[in-house]
Amino acid sequence: MAKTILTIDDSKAIRDMVGLTLRGAGYRVIEAANGAEGITQLQAETVALVIVDLNMPVMNGIDFIRNARRDPKGIGVPIVMLTTETKAELKAEGKAAGATGWLNKPFDADMLLAVTKKLAG
Amino acid sequence: MVDLSPAVTAYVQESRDILEGLEEALLDLEKRPDPETVDAVFRSLHTLKGGGAMFGFRLMAGFIHHFEDAFDRVRSGDLAISPKLINVVLKARDQMMAMLDCGGDGPETAALVTSAPLVALLTELDAALDNGVPLTPLVAPTRLWHISFRPAATALQNGMRPDRLIEELVALGQAVVTINAEDVPPLDSFDPSVSYLAWQVALTTAQPRSALEAVFIFADDADLDIHEVEGEASGSPQPDQREDKPTETVAAPPQKHDTAGDSVRVSSAKLDEILDQLGELVIAQARLRQISNSIDEPALEGLVEEVERLVTGLRDATLSVRMLPIEMVFGKFRRVVRDLSAELGKEIELETQGGDTEIDKNVLDRLSEPLVHMIRNSIDHGIELPQERSASGKPAKGRLRLSARQEAGEILISIEDDGKGLDAEAIRKKAVDRGLISTEDEISTAELHKLIFAPGFSTAATVSSVSGRGVGMDAVLTTVSALRGSVDVKSYPGQGTRVTLRLPLTLAIIDGLLVRVGAASYVIPLASVEECVEFDSIEHGRESGRTMLQIREHLVPFIDLIDAFDDLPGHEQRRRVVIVKAEGVRVGLVVDDILGQNQTVIKSLGPYHGGLEGFAGATILGNGSVALIADVGLLARRAWAAQEHLRNAA
Repeated sequence: MAKTILTIDDSKAIRDMVGLTLRGAGYRVIEAANGAEGITQLQAETVALVIVDLNMPVMNGIDFIRNARRDPKGIGVPIVMLTTETKAELKAEGKAAGATGWLNKPFDADMLLAVTKKLAG
Repeated sequence: MVDLSPAVTAYVQESRDILEGLEEALLDLEKRPDPETVDAVFRSLHTLKGGGAMFGFRLMAGFIHHFEDAFDRVRSGDLAISPKLINVVLKARDQMMAMLDCGGDGPETAALVTSAPLVALLTELDAALDNGVPLTPLVAPTRLWHISFRPAATALQNGMRPDRLIEELVALGQAVVTINAEDVPPLDSFDPSVSYLAWQVALTTAQPRSALEAVFIFADDADLDIHEVEGEASGSPQPDQREDKPTETVAAPPQKHDTAGDSVRVSSAKLDEILDQLGELVIAQARLRQISNSIDEPALEGLVEEVERLVTGLRDATLSVRMLPIEMVFGKFRRVVRDLSAELGKEIELETQGGDTEIDKNVLDRLSEPLVHMIRNSIDHGIELPQERSASGKPAKGRLRLSARQEAGEILISIEDDGKGLDAEAIRKKAVDRGLISTEDEISTAELHKLIFAPGFSTAATVSSVSGRGVGMDAVLTTVSALRGSVDVKSYPGQGTRVTLRLPLTLAIIDGLLVRVGAASYVIPLASVEECVEFDSIEHGRESGRTMLQIREHLVPFIDLIDAFDDLPGHEQRRRVVIVKAEGVRVGLVVDDILGQNQTVIKSLGPYHGGLEGFAGATILGNGSVALIADVGLLARRAWAAQEHLRNAA
């Protein structure tokens, strides 16, 4: 059965890009538009990897990571945060909250696939 | 909106450095292809591209992508390095420089990217890719690595799969994996979500360190050590020996660190400011010394000496910060020589010598252009075509030698070719045509040679695109003179030409000898002073008409500075002569008195006084008065010219 990847981003463009790339590589992709929706999805599904943006309304990415790591369904799930080179402190904060890895924006399909394969298998 | 401009500035600066390095690497590659240089070229292109996408140079990144791709293929061994490929990447590198100058995506860059030369470059690249015959595969040697890895305790909770990382690592080569389970607690206190294990891997692989590190990219909170075990490249992995070798591994990396990591990039404006302040400090210290001398207080005297010592130390340290090895400009010339000789169908071997000679940054910056002019001239006019050379019994390959060395307070840079030499007759004819000399003038060959530095002089029969526009050599002389230096040319028909530039070590502060002539004080740069002797006014008085001094076994011409500087003669019976050496000749400068040594902060003469002959600048003394700095080179030339004149008259 295809592994499920959860992409959380308030930008539909990014969710589409992630969806197209990963579906093309044989993954199942589910989407959420903010951290709170993300938690709901995480609890409802068995997720192999989460790709989460940091800057989002309602519940931002850092809070999502914190909440996910407190949730029995979230412990041990690889979480990749989408970061930028310029915000090093935010990356450290995400890492401290329990993120597994990161992907610097802008990224391309190859980079996304490489990180997904590395963390979700 | 975040202001990215400081990061962009840093990116542009960094990219320029990378492009400089890229040029060097490509030229190295042309001479001797080796996997490490290929790797370096690829990395440079990769870094440029990656940064370009981040910092608003997307168009440039797109352009670079093609070349990065090509080198990726070279790296993996399925494309050969051909002169064609090097050529096209070198040209592309120049275009990347131009794109950086455009300052990011915009109409200017867009125009450049779609311009005909760039499109042609990409076509040329395609051609180079097709014609590349796979060369002997660039196989990197295999090396033995020891990796020890202990994930953070929270790794499992945070979604990390250490076992997978180890699998990834093992896939890079041949590996022996040891798991250390010492820290696993008894079952009753065991928490399955905590990571207790540590791994040790002995890996034999041809992959570079970066590939190993990439495996652990997200494990930045882990305890990770990757080190190479030297001298065991082909031996079988021995994981247990890890503990025996830590000293070697600790000792190896810092050497690299010293050259790259421990330096700081400082803008030269800041350095100039420090130097200005230092100049003021030196003047203030001279005033302090003056006051202390007049008060005669031993306690103050001691302190003044201490301050003097400190200021001198600070001066030397500051000046040394501004010193750069001349290699930095020599490096650029490799490209000039390569491109020009290819264009003109000449074969030329460039030799450099003394690249580690250090020179003040300001001097270095302004020197680069004149040197390029001279090199162009040597290649264009000096060195003959291969068949011409063979016909006259010379090796077909011409030789161009750039050398630099320090001599007393001067830097000597010479450009020497083994070409046909200067054509004295052609120069004479041209000079007459240009009205620089008249047909009757009797001019020595050496003087004729110097005429090539006269404004508007060019002997090339046709104006080529390379040089021969006649603006070159006089511009060289202008720049060098502005730097208080001089130019000398020696040429032998059929054997070659050597142009030597003499430049002061620094432009800002020098050690000077303070002398009195008439009522005024003057400074003679100490670096050119050889000795001071008594001057016997009776024997050498103005009336006697003698112009030479006997200094031990040598005759040295002398100039009375009272005459040279148009001052009124004093009544000293015991005057002195300062023997200086400048431009390779010795000359005596007769002064009224020697006042002592002095740290001289050089202030340039303003536009009103810039035309004054015989002075290289001015300085402010401790008592607040101004002293002019003698232009020793000019005085020496004058003394010898007068001597020649006398001899000819006699």
